[in-house]
Amino acid sequence: MSLPPLVEPADELTVDEVRRYSRHLIIPDVGMAGQKRLKNAKVLCVGAGGLGSPALMYLAAAGVGTLGVVDFDVVDESNLQRQIIHGQSDVGRLKAESAAASVREINPLVNVVIHNVALTTDNVMDIFAAYDLIVDGTDNFATRYMVNDAAVLLGKPYIWGSIYRFDGQASVFWAEHGPCYRCLYPEPPPPGMVPSCAEGGVLGVLCASIGSVQVNEAIKLLTGIGEPLVGRLMIYDALEMKYRDVKVRKDPECPLCGKNPTITELIDYEAFCGTISDEAQQAATGSTITAQELKDMIDRDEDIFLVDVREQNEYEIVNIPGAVLIPKGDFLRGVALERLPQDKKIVLHCKSGARSAEALAVVKNAGFSDAVHVGGGVLSWVKTVDPSLPTY
Amino acid sequence: MNVLINGVPHDLPADATVRRAVQELTSAVAGVAVAVNDEVVRRGAWDSTPLSEHDRVEVLTAVQGG
Repeated sequence: MSLPPLVEPADELTVDEVRRYSRHLIIPDVGMAGQKRLKNAKVLCVGAGGLGSPALMYLAAAGVGTLGVVDFDVVDESNLQRQIIHGQSDVGRLKAESAAASVREINPLVNVVIHNVALTTDNVMDIFAAYDLIVDGTDNFATRYMVNDAAVLLGKPYIWGSIYRFDGQASVFWAEHGPCYRCLYPEPPPPGMVPSCAEGGVLGVLCASIGSVQVNEAIKLLTGIGEPLVGRLMIYDALEMKYRDVKVRKDPECPLCGKNPTITELIDYEAFCGTISDEAQQAATGSTITAQELKDMIDRDEDIFLVDVREQNEYEIVNIPGAVLIPKGDFLRGVALERLPQDKKIVLHCKSGARSAEALAVVKNAGFSDAVHVGGGVLSWVKTVDPSLPTY
Repeated sequence: MNVLINGVPHDLPADATVRRAVQELTSAVAGVAVAVNDEVVRRGAWDSTPLSEHDRVEVLTAVQGG
């Protein structure tokens, strides 16, 4: 199914532009008309991180006239392994500013619009309204569902990509011509079940594999060439080195884009996706200590049993002295409980406090009523107790 | 009945549906999509879609990274 071009062509290309884009212009399918459409195009990239980096860089080089960047975060050293739009000297800088500077360096003819804000239900509709299409490079389910819903409500194409370790998925969701994200995944996995890249890792170059697919589809939609990835889910396996695609149809019962929609405006996405499960939230309430409090307990030689619920490889990167490694999965399967002493206070920690809250719910249910977990996890320990340790 | 689920052969009852195939791999439903012979079966049709001998079932999990 080919689609008509999304954007009308600009009036003309300047001499500079003709020189710059000559390798596009001599492709018959793109040509002057296609390049003029790109010049007139307004593309918004949500997130200047792993996927946003290659996406913004190639969109800029391709000559997309207006490029918006939404990001509220600052560049961290641990971003540089994959977020190639930022460099060493950008550490500590706002990502949107850093990304905009790279875009201007790649192509000064691009008009970069910086949205140095967190995307929320209060601003997403206004921000999206000014753009022809949305490229998604966000890193959490709540924002992804919000981006999808806003795109459907505004009738805009949403170029979606997501990555984890060696696996990537991409599709173009456009309710007018095919399914939306909710037709494929009606709701996110339960909180804590699917790790984020911060918890599970991601091969840096995977960002390029999926980000470039997203740019490829953006260019096709803007110029009206080829077979767009509408109604197809592209699945990439970097270890097998295989790209496959499966058909996705519009779900007539989709609550957002189906025949009788029940979602007709933006919803509460944090509640929809849940940062941690209700059980974990309940367990953690009143049973969360700070890293400093843990340090005080250790210094006072209190009778505690400290458990690190992360994975072995995370433990090897950095750990809290004295912590015993029992991964969260062992708690969920119930096999961890027999390793816990009955006569000591159980203290759980993970990287940032989400996984340990999930494990805490299991431990408390098993009768260890005075068990606690460390809010902020080992990251907080490094920050407040021992800054000489590495973070990840 | 033999079907391939994520590339691995599984022996399922003759009347098995898409939902039955998903249950072979995970008890979770949220955040899961299923394709049979390269076409995603929408969630609402998991119970009403029967499988056939040698079907290729792919159970996919949503990931959030970007």
